[in-house]
Amino acid sequence: MSRVAIIGVGMCKFGELWELNLRDITLEAGMYAIFDSGVRGKDLDGVVIGNMSAGRFTGQEHLGAQAADIGGLGDMPAYSVEAACASGGAAVRQAYMAIKSGEHDVMLVLGNEKMSDVNQSEAMNTISVASDWEYEGMFGATFPALYAMMARRHMKEFGTTEEHLALPTVKNHANAVHNPWAQFQRAVPKEVVMNSGLLADPLRVLHSAPVTDGAAGLVMCREDLAKKYSDTPVYIEASEQRSDTLALHDRKSITRMDAVINSTKSALKEANLELDDIDVFELHDSFSIGEIILTEDVGIAEKGEGGKAIEEGITEIGGKFPVNTSGGLKARGHPVGATGVAQIVELALQLRGDAEKRQVDGAEKGLAVNIGGTGATSIVHIVGR
Amino acid sequence: MAEQGVAQVWRRIRTIYNVLGNKCNTCGKHYFPPRPVCPKCRRKGQLEDYQFKGLGKIYSFAIVRQAPEDFQRQIPYIIAQVELDEGTRLTAQIVNVNPEDVNIGMRVRACFRKIKAFGSSGVIVYGYKFEPTMKVTGHDE
Repeated sequence: MSRVAIIGVGMCKFGELWELNLRDITLEAGMYAIFDSGVRGKDLDGVVIGNMSAGRFTGQEHLGAQAADIGGLGDMPAYSVEAACASGGAAVRQAYMAIKSGEHDVMLVLGNEKMSDVNQSEAMNTISVASDWEYEGMFGATFPALYAMMARRHMKEFGTTEEHLALPTVKNHANAVHNPWAQFQRAVPKEVVMNSGLLADPLRVLHSAPVTDGAAGLVMCREDLAKKYSDTPVYIEASEQRSDTLALHDRKSITRMDAVINSTKSALKEANLELDDIDVFELHDSFSIGEIILTEDVGIAEKGEGGKAIEEGITEIGGKFPVNTSGGLKARGHPVGATGVAQIVELALQLRGDAEKRQVDGAEKGLAVNIGGTGATSIVHIVGR
Repeated sequence: MAEQGVAQVWRRIRTIYNVLGNKCNTCGKHYFPPRPVCPKCRRKGQLEDYQFKGLGKIYSFAIVRQAPEDFQRQIPYIIAQVELDEGTRLTAQIVNVNPEDVNIGMRVRACFRKIKAFGSSGVIVYGYKFEPTMKVTGHDE
């Protein structure tokens, strides 16, 4: 069966973009992707947009129609999908399925979120609705608190230390120095991370992804059309999605994410690859403990050894399994609905050899894990050239 | 905001005032909050109300230092996953103990408390929090 190609990628620079609104940043990312791809507006036959909560963050819903409208794309189907923090990955997967089914040929895929139009407290409230609002958020469990409970349990079961918790942040900030689209293009020393303010013990501010405005875009098409537009297409070799209980307290274990384990296994099988074949990873690090857990769940490290693997440098650029070369959610920024698309943008750049100073030499296969909530949704994509 | 609806709280009063869940008579598993479908047995499941004893131990916890408006007056507060004796876990605040004295495995029991108020003139939500068990109440320490 024919594969699905990614022929164009784009983003806006992530950050707190006070002077821009949701439609501005979405247009920027979309146009960047379209120009990068070589398609013209008339070649597109559909738009999919991933967004978590524009209705609460900005007051605007109906984002599919809005995206088609602002781009002047006119009379074409435009879909909007939501899966909390995995909304971007869900948009990529929707387009993948739509093209694979034969219903669509060339699609624009977008992800966006404008988070800084509400205050910090309201942003926090809005993020917590990705968990089980009535039985977690309502009782005072903030989103950082849920991840903090995972962290504390991981520390107890496996001896993960506060130093380990700081390492994903240090690595991801170091990577983001070379990503011109990242929110924080600066390194952060370990001591600063370890002494940053507490959000929910044991998690600190610098263990957590920031509030970010941002949008990312892809142009995807049928494999047989790819070369017509692009000299450097990359291909989606696997797209898998799994679910788990909405509430964290309903999981058998809170130190692993079964949805990630299962979707990763299925994706590798679908692509007929082993983990060793993957050259570059984007793993969902909304909190540093998330990257530690995912490092284990995708198979880079044994269970409980995620912190040590990061300490040993295995997941740095130049290591055996580079993770979050873009800076990850922590340093690239985490505009919730845009993240899953931005992950694929980074993988495509890496495979094309366009990642400049953060380039992983000769990268041929990349894998992205995009999580919704505390792991209730996991979407995994494998991209190859 | 949608999540501050009066009916949304009112219709759950029985559940959150009493820690009232349910139990599947086919597989014996207990659920809190009550589940409409037993995920294990699905159509073969037989669910009936179950009043939890309200005793358990702390499975994991966090000390919340930054919270949304409704909880800001309570900072810092302890949020935990409590593993009830029936095997079910739930998320609740731990009270009547200093944050530095809490640990995983600590015995706790349910108590009835004010959870939060919806703004300055909205509904007051009551429900369960948990506190360390004490000999004087007839529980093991």
